[in-house]
Amino acid sequence: MTIREVVKLLDAEILCGEEHLDTEIHTACGSDMMSDVLAYVKDQSVLLTGLLNPQVVRTAEMMDMLCIVFVRGKRPEQPVIDLAEEKGIVLLSTEKRLFVACGILYTHGLGG
Amino acid sequence: MECIRLEYDVDGNNFSSAGNASDSVKRTLKQLGVSPASVRRVAIAMYEGEINMVIHAHGGRAEVEIYPDYIDIYLKDSGPGIADIDLAMKAGYSTATENIRSLGFGAGMGLPNMKKYSDEMKIDSTVGVGTTVFLRVKF
Ligand SMILES: Nc1ncnc2c1ncn2[C@@H]1O[C@H](COP(=O)(O)OP(=O)(O)O)[C@@H](O)[C@H]1O
Ligand SMILES: [Mg+2]
Repeated sequence: MTIREVVKLLDAEILCGEEHLDTEIHTACGSDMMSDVLAYVKDQSVLLTGLLNPQVVRTAEMMDMLCIVFVRGKRPEQPVIDLAEEKGIVLLSTEKRLFVACGILYTHGLGG
Repeated sequence: MECIRLEYDVDGNNFSSAGNASDSVKRTLKQLGVSPASVRRVAIAMYEGEINMVIHAHGGRAEVEIYPDYIDIYLKDSGPGIADIDLAMKAGYSTATENIRSLGFGAGMGLPNMKKYSDEMKIDSTVGVGTTVFLRVKF
């Protein structure tokens, strides 16, 4: 699916990266431990998380991920959004909880 | 042999800026045309080391040498040192505080991950003096 479909499915707000919404994605992961993302994630292109600090964007950048979804209606501070913008990473914010957001994407065909 | 040398100060008082050095190295390797898979291995290994310098050692210095076929990375700090390196290398071993864990780090996977993504890794550490981690990643 495209990132645009993720936006629709999660009823998400786009915080930055509007120009990359048609990028195709195939896999995602959900975690509040960046350590685990760095250690266990392979080629996932979307990160769903409840954490908001800049190292979330750093971690995604190091792993060549394309999109971060902040769950439970959270929004990071502007410097974090600016960093993602600079890296070409799409930031989304959804009201849904981590488990639910992951479940919706999984049900609609996104792999783990 | 000709090589590209890069040096960075890693600020131990600024969690937000942790990763700047790794990010710069990542960009440089990309520009040099190193394969994306190799760039990612370097990025992850160095980033884990850079985070360690910030969360365990009050920051330090990163010295990088890029050769045509590999990269050498020295992460040098004057932090508390590591008393038992074999123990520190064990997956899941961490002395990180609850505060660090709430930021998403401190799962005890950093050093094992650096080992996994590098071709050579060496830790020199003296308690009370500091730690130098050497990483070589072949492209
Ligand atoms: N540069 C360093 N200076 C001092 N201690 C360190 C350093 N790097 C790692 N350590 C020690 O080794 C342990 C394991 O490191 P690591 O595998 O990266 O896990 P984590 O950073 O999640 O704790 C750390 O908890 C810490 O006790
Ligand atoms: Mg670590």
